[in-house]
This record gives sequence, structure tokens and C-alpha cells, in this order.
Amino acid sequence: MTVIQKKADNPIAHLTPEDIEQLGMELDAIRQDVIDSRGADDAAYIRRMIKTQRGLELGSRAVLLFSAFPPAWVVGTAGLSVAKILDNMEIGHNILHGQWDWMRDPKIHSTTWEWDMASPAEQWKHSHNQVHHTYTNVIGKDNDLGYGIMRVDEDQRWSPFHLGQPVWCFINAVFFEYGIAAYDLDLGAVVKKKQTKDPEFRRRAKEVVAKIRKQATKDYVVHPLLSLPTGSFLPTLAANFTANVVRNLWSNSIILCGHFPEGVETFEKRSIDGETKGEWYVRQMLGSANISGSKALHVMSGNLSHQVEHHLFPDLPSNRYAEIAPKVQALFEKYDLTYCSRPLVPQVYSAWHKVVRLSLPNGWLATTNRKNLPSQLKTLWAMSTKGPKVRRAAQARLTQLAKRQEAGKQVGAAA
Amino acid sequence: MTSALRSRLVRLAETATTPLVPADFLDLFAPLRAGADLRGRIEQVIPETRDAATLVIRPGADWAGHVPGQYLRIGIDVDGVRQWRAYSLTHGPRPDGRIAITVKAVPDGLVSHHLVHRTRPGTMVHLEQAAGEFVLPPQGGRFLFVTAGSGITPVIGMLRNLFPSTDEGVLRPNRTTHHDVVVVHVAPSRPDSIFLRDLEALAEAGAIRLVPRYDDQHGLLDVEELPAMVPDLAERTTFACGPAGLLDALTHFHEDKGLELFTEQFRTTRVEAGEGGTVTFADGRTLEADGSTPILDAAEDAGVLMPSGCRMGICFGCVLPMKEGTVRDLRNGEVTTAIPGESGAIKIQTCISAAAGACHIDH
Repeated sequence: MTVIQKKADNPIAHLTPEDIEQLGMELDAIRQDVIDSRGADDAAYIRRMIKTQRGLELGSRAVLLFSAFPPAWVVGTAGLSVAKILDNMEIGHNILHGQWDWMRDPKIHSTTWEWDMASPAEQWKHSHNQVHHTYTNVIGKDNDLGYGIMRVDEDQRWSPFHLGQPVWCFINAVFFEYGIAAYDLDLGAVVKKKQTKDPEFRRRAKEVVAKIRKQATKDYVVHPLLSLPTGSFLPTLAANFTANVVRNLWSNSIILCGHFPEGVETFEKRSIDGETKGEWYVRQMLGSANISGSKALHVMSGNLSHQVEHHLFPDLPSNRYAEIAPKVQALFEKYDLTYCSRPLVPQVYSAWHKVVRLSLPNGWLATTNRKNLPSQLKTLWAMSTKGPKVRRAAQARLTQLAKRQEAGKQVGAAA
Repeated sequence: MTSALRSRLVRLAETATTPLVPADFLDLFAPLRAGADLRGRIEQVIPETRDAATLVIRPGADWAGHVPGQYLRIGIDVDGVRQWRAYSLTHGPRPDGRIAITVKAVPDGLVSHHLVHRTRPGTMVHLEQAAGEFVLPPQGGRFLFVTAGSGITPVIGMLRNLFPSTDEGVLRPNRTTHHDVVVVHVAPSRPDSIFLRDLEALAEAGAIRLVPRYDDQHGLLDVEELPAMVPDLAERTTFACGPAGLLDALTHFHEDKGLELFTEQFRTTRVEAGEGGTVTFADGRTLEADGSTPILDAAEDAGVLMPSGCRMGICFGCVLPMKEGTVRDLRNGEVTTAIPGESGAIKIQTCISAAAGACHIDH
């Protein structure tokens, strides 16, 4: 994959500006249909979801008071994991997108909601709703492409740091909520630029620390203490830790599937100068990937399994994405675009495969065979240990080699 | 329990529920408990006429009671959207602790139609404590009530409290010996008249003197006819409740004659959405905005520092409460109106909303 503008067969080359505007209008009509039919059933849906989540959390925590008893530990941990997943995905993520603001219920509103997550809602809304959803898949603008620690696109420059990215990616998945909090703070860039003394950064860091302290105190101090009378302090602590890790692994997997799998497109920075609404829609369509599956999967993923629909209409109620998905898919077909959708396992595999593949320089894997392995390893060693000049030169050679090999293959196929 | 200890306990409980508060969980089981946000459960919906119904509501434990003639604000979800309206309490305080409002479905009345025709017992509603100065002096006196249409609702609350209706008929307790009441009740026609039977029963029992006025029989009421209907008008204090036109006429009439008048009006005049308008901020700054410029841009151009995000209507970084006024969604033309005392403040996205009339933004 590379940015769409550099592709030999650009998948949107066949669309005229008029096509794109027409497509935009057809999408607007789908959006308006949902808005016109939003009503009591939708409101009942989110309220039911919130009620279920709270009941499940309360029940699970009650069971965990006796978590020294192994079956109680298993049931309580499973329940708490699901409760935390619902809180983050179908409830928190979507309320913070303003999907339920139309209900005018001050308690279920993007301006008042807070979630069981290390990142304060206010900061996440900025980095996610504003930055990611506006600049989706624009290299250099959308930090969600690799979260600043991973390379998930050929057009992101390779550095030796990326060799370890399968490991970073796994660690990030386990402690995902803290990764997101650091990401929302833009911690990496701030440290690199030595701006940690900036008062605005300090204020926001303080908020994050306060939030983390509160959530960690709840999970790792208060609830274990509450189960002390039954001798369940440590089991409860372990249960809370497990539930947090399960939630992190799950939400990380779902989120990897949204934009990382093979088949999603990325875009050049300058391509969004003067972008029209129709062009913005097309970028969202091609920059997102869906997960196909059961209703339960959709709910547990916060309907981010309908990532394409979500990115087209981030403020429509999540329970309606499934209903509009066939209409959206029909538009993909009408305009001859690829609707990227696979079941969960292949989609997660695809995303991870890309993380592993791109941990190596572009073209390295493709040009490596048994015979040239020693020299290829030498090149990799040089790229990893020597300066940027050497790296650039070696990269140029690799790219050229890969290109020649590709051309040779095509000639071979033609013959 | 001292309040300091109580608040410490609440804070302790919050460490176990953060980011939620303990109330979020308690609401699952006891939404009407003491300490909860004030809510009520509709227990009965009693039809009064073909377009009016009385709702009997069991209020939450923190309901502070009311004086007959007062109103309450009720928040109910219609088609999933929370709507707030004010209605008179149509009973005095009841021994069973229930409260009642009587709602007349007005033309185009989204909430009133919902309450009269579509509300089922068991529905939870949001409440505010009773409010309003439209109440009788407790020591009694000589009164004239002028009511029109649903304007009868605060008055019926007062009358029922003064003269309870029982199986033995209307009672006239001793405490009412100093009350002398005339009711001039105006309605389009006799069958359209809410509480007519109550009024007639009160009149039959001699508790009040009733002067019914039906537009279809008597023609539209001219306030100049009042002295003919109520000869001792000058000795009475007038309480009037009804549409704005009637209240205005009564105000002029009473001012001219130097008579005492108390009025109550619920339905605010409808706002017609226009193109553009003035936008006023909490600090008093006002600016002119046209109908095609987002309020966010208009405000920033005028030097108002606004919260904002991406300006595409997807990030919700610019949401602010509109206390009053009308805005139009620039994406689909949808109009949103905030009416003080009715809808409350409505949160709008300033990045995709243009003024469609005078707006007050709470910022």
C-alpha cells in the first residue's frame, strides 16, 4: 500500500468531479433518512445499553466480592470485562461522538459524558473526533495511522525503531488505555520537542494523571479492599487487572481493524487542500475497513465493525449503521469502489501482518531470498546502525531492486 | 447524620463508582428516592374532554409541595427528545402525595398532544419544584377569575383546594367563609370546556358564581362586557389566565379603571424562524449574523473567543447552550428553537448552525 495519489492504478481515477459530488449527495440522502427517522426506539436502545452495562458492572463487582472462590472469579471477571467493553465501545465512544446529543438528555450527552478509561473524555474528543475523523488516513496529519509509534504505511519513513514494532504493538494492545491517554496528550512529540514545561501541556497532563489515579484507585484499591472481608483482596485485584487487559486487547483489535488492514487507502497531505464534501466522503469510504459478523460482534465493537459507515456519518446513532450498511455498500458498487470488509479473524490478521511486514524497510522482504539472505541482512544491519544517509541510499537500492523484480515478474507472466 | 459526614461518605462511595456517581447506580432501582434528581411516575391518565387529560403523577421523595395556582415544569421524552413544558397543578395538596396536571392538546402542540393522547401510566417524567406567584391570599377576599380555554387549569387547582369535592358533594369548609368567588370562564363551546362539570358542581353547591361564556353561543368576549356580567367588579381582585390577547385586553381594562389584576400565561408566542439575526452572549456582547454564516465564524469575526474544533459538524467541540432563540442547521435546514421556560437551554453546534432569529448563547 502507498498513498492513493502515487498508485499506478489509482482506484478513484475513474471518478469525475461530477461523480464525486453526486456520490456525496447520495450519501447525504442516506444520512438525512436516518436523521428524519431518529426517535423513541433509538433513545430506548441507548438507555437499555447503559442500563445493561450498569447492571452487569454492578452484578460482576458484587460477585467479585467473593472472588477467592474460583468460579466467582471467573464469572465476575468475565462480566466485568464485558461491562468495561460496553462502557468503552458502544456507549462511551458513541456518546462522545455526539451520536445521542439530539435526545437533549443532559446525562447522555457529548458534553457531560465521562468513561472508564485512562484518557479524559475531553482530550480524547479532540484527538479522535476532531483530528482523526477530519484527517482520516492522511499521512502526516492523521496520527491514528500507527499512533506515532508504529509504521503502518509504506509512505511513513522507516527507522530502526520500527524493527521492534511487533513488540511495541503488542505492549500497546495490552496497556491500550494508557497508550491512548499518552497519545491524546501528544506525549511523544512533546518530549521530543522538549516542551514538557509548556503550561497547557502541564494542565492536560495533570488531568490525565488525575483520571488515571481515580480509575486505578477504583480497580486496584477500593474494590479489592471491599472484598477483603471474604479474603478476596488479591483475587479481586487480579480480576480487575484481567478485565482491564481483556478490554484493552479487545478494543485494540477492533481499532486495528478500522484502518490498518490491507486494502485501505492512505492519502497525501496536499491532496486535501480545498477538499470538497464529496471528496471527504470518498476518503472516508476508502480509508476505512469493516468487520463482518454477528449482531453481538457489532454491539461489542461499538458498531465500529461498521467503520466505513461510522466514518461517513460519525454522529449518527450507532444502532443504525447496520441498517444503512447495504445502501452504502450499493453505492460502493455503483461507483466501482472497493468495500473493505472481512470477518474479525482475517481482519485482525491482516492488520497484524502489516505491522510485522512494515517493521522492515520497504522492499526488503520482497527482495530477500535464500541466496541473498546474508547480504540482505548486512544491508538491514547497516540501515539500522549507520546514519540517515546510509539508510536513504540503501532504501533507494532496495526500492529499485523491488521495482526491477516486479517488472521482471510481469514480463515473465506475459511471456 | 451530619452533612459533613454524609458528604464524606458520598465521596468515599464515588471512589468505587468513578467516573459514574453512586446515584447513577441507585437510579436503576429507586429513581424516586430522596436525593435523586426530581422525577415522577405517571400513574393515571384521565380524559377530561376529547383533547384534554389529567395526569396523576407520583412525584419523587424530594417533592417540596405546592400552593394551589402554582405550576410545575415537566420534562418528557417525545420521539426520543427531551421536551420541557410548564403546566398548572390542578389539585391542592393531596393526602396520597400525588400531584395532578391537566393538559389540553393545543394545535401543533408536540408535547401537549403526546401527553393527552400517547402517554401511558408508568411513564417516568422529569420534574422541577412547583413555582409561580399566581396564588390566592390565604386570608380570603372577593375574587374574580377570568379564565379562557386551558387557562382554567391553575384556577381549578385553587377552587378544588378551597371547596373539596367528595362523595357527599362539594364541601364548603369553614376556612372559606371569607372567600367570595366569581368565575367568568370562556371556551369555544360547551363540550370543549375542560372542568366544566367541576365548575357547574361548584356553582350548584353555591361555592362560586359561574358565568360561562361560549364563543359559539355568546360570540367572542369583549372585556368591556365584564361590568355587566360582574356588577361588583370594582370590589374584586381579578385573577386571569388565558391567551395573550385576552390578558392584554384585561390589563388595559384594569389599568384604565385602576383595578387590581394578577395574570398567568403559559404559552409563549411562537418564534418564526427567519434568515439571520442578532446573537447575544452571556457577557452581553451582541453581534449581527446573517443566515448563511455559522455562528462560530460570525462570533470569531467579531472577536469573541469560542470553543471550537474542525468546523465540519463532526467533532462536537463547539457545542454551547442556546438559552433562547432559533438557529438553522446549515447542512439540512433543520430549525431548532429554544424557548425560555419551555424548552430550557438547548445545546447547539455553533460550527454548523446559523442564526434564524435573535439567539442567546450561554458563553
